Amino acid sequence: MAKSWKEWEKPVLELDEYIAKLKGIAAQETNPDKHARLAARLEEFEKRRDNFINIRYSRLGPWEEVLLARAEPRPYTLDYITQVFTDFTELDGDRRHGQDHAIVAGPANFEGRPVMIVGHQKGRDIKQRAFRNFAMSKPEGYRKAIRMFDMAERFRMPVVTFVDTPAADPGVESESRGISEAIAASMLKMFELTVPIVSVVIGEGGSGGAIGIACGNRLLMQEHAIYSVIPPEGCAAILWRDADKGPQAAAALKLTAQSAMELELVDEILEEPFGGAHRNPIEAATTVRDAIERNLMDLDRMSPEELKDHRYKRFRSLGKLETV
Amino acid sequence: MRHGRAAKAGTSFVQCQQCKKTLFAAEFETNLRVCGHCGHHHRLTYDQRIRYTFDEGSFIELDQELRSADPLQFPEYLDKHAQSVAKTGLQDSVISGTAMIEGIKVATAIADFHFMGGSMGSVAGEKFTRTLERAANSSVPAVIFCASGGARMQEGLLSLMQMAKTTAAVAKCQEKRVPYIAVFTDPTMAGVLASFASVADVIIAEPKALVGFAGARVSKQAQVGKAADDFQTAEFAARSGMIDRIVERRDLRTTLTNLVQMLGAHLRQGASVG
Ligand SMILES: [Zn+2]
Repeated sequence: MAKSWKEWEKPVLELDEYIAKLKGIAAQETNPDKHARLAARLEEFEKRRDNFINIRYSRLGPWEEVLLARAEPRPYTLDYITQVFTDFTELDGDRRHGQDHAIVAGPANFEGRPVMIVGHQKGRDIKQRAFRNFAMSKPEGYRKAIRMFDMAERFRMPVVTFVDTPAADPGVESESRGISEAIAASMLKMFELTVPIVSVVIGEGGSGGAIGIACGNRLLMQEHAIYSVIPPEGCAAILWRDADKGPQAAAALKLTAQSAMELELVDEILEEPFGGAHRNPIEAATTVRDAIERNLMDLDRMSPEELKDHRYKRFRSLGKLETV
Repeated sequence: MRHGRAAKAGTSFVQCQQCKKTLFAAEFETNLRVCGHCGHHHRLTYDQRIRYTFDEGSFIELDQELRSADPLQFPEYLDKHAQSVAKTGLQDSVISGTAMIEGIKVATAIADFHFMGGSMGSVAGEKFTRTLERAANSSVPAVIFCASGGARMQEGLLSLMQMAKTTAAVAKCQEKRVPYIAVFTDPTMAGVLASFASVADVIIAEPKALVGFAGARVSKQAQVGKAADDFQTAEFAARSGMIDRIVERRDLRTTLTNLVQMLGAHLRQGASVG
């Protein structure tokens, strides 16, 4: 079982590199015969790479989806903010205790209208990962989110949230400042809003930390995002006392976008570019933008009270049980 | 048997789970299962809780028709669930209904830790939600007893969604000006703590109850600062300002009565007028 997405990405990257080199040589080649041979070779290798991606990505199991959802080159919240919105003005105070860099928030323009954005933010290198606390938000992050939700309501702005966190911060300090209350209060606030809310899971939807900002009228999931009540490694540790059985737990938890759709918990799966969002972030962003626009247009038809009621009913209906 | 066994015929004894001292079973019961030596509040079953809290015979169970399913076909879930049914006599980890406390009607839900660690899946989530909605719709206070390790892993994302669903129902209570009181009993953790439990109007906890977000092991691994000795207890939560009062079991009924009487007075005035 794969330990990293790089295991199947590596051959792709090697082919990418070789193709880039061939392209460079072909561009320099003036002899038409040699150029034609290079072009044919180029085509062959591109086909070989695409075939490999096709086969590999059509066979991704739940555990591989977990690894891919966590992959560093995947576009993060700020990447989507840059591509999809303009004039993003990050606001960063919880007015209670301090800053939280695991959640970014603030108003931005979207297709000619102001919206409020709240999203988890991961870091790509070691320094950024530490700065973002691995996208594990502390109480301050959720309290900042609550302030943004409040402003969105007051100033009649739709809300867009991006979900991408392994979990909320489990540290002692977060506990003492009320991480549980902060998550619960953030959800409660979302249920009070009378403006549209669209939530998009773009990577890891990690349990309470995720749902704390994911109580929207619409829940969208990217094709290779995951959403889970517990990390598979944690689940394996409890079930089989063996954190290495993550792959089995990932399968049992039904945490892929496809499973979430089958369980009727998400409204749309957003198809990713060939080979995953990281292979073409611009195209991925276009899909995300179109989906947000489509869903906001849809929700615009509802009155403020209807929006609130719709959100309540959406979550009210969730759960699978039997009656006797 | 959970609390020791009879030593000899006639007089029965139990052993305190905390200090291990031997206690007279009858006295232990009179003390509401609180140790007379060390004050340890032993975990209660749902029927003990009902007996210790509400006016005699006033509890009416509702939502009895709800049964858990196995939507994920999760490994060993059906077996574990069946074992808990056999052990506790409950159908799932929560029992809900209405009851009277000193003559005041309340909507109530009681979680029982003995049923799969009190975990919240679709059935528990539905019962908590119905209890809060029942309170909101019939203008009576809601009193919820929490006892849970968190969301039920075996129902996956469906369990996580119960966090949002139950929290949404709290918003309904607030809209209708209906007081909602949560009682944190040992333990109140994770997905339950981080949802409807923590946004109650008033939060009461039993002494030394475990109260925390992450499993203690995870928290201590991830710790930045040094954890206090009483980390993730009711006392720690109280000191952090996260709960309102720690109340000993013998005083709980009085405290709850006072709260539902005062915070719910406007509802009863409204009812008598209209
Ligand atoms: Zn004792």
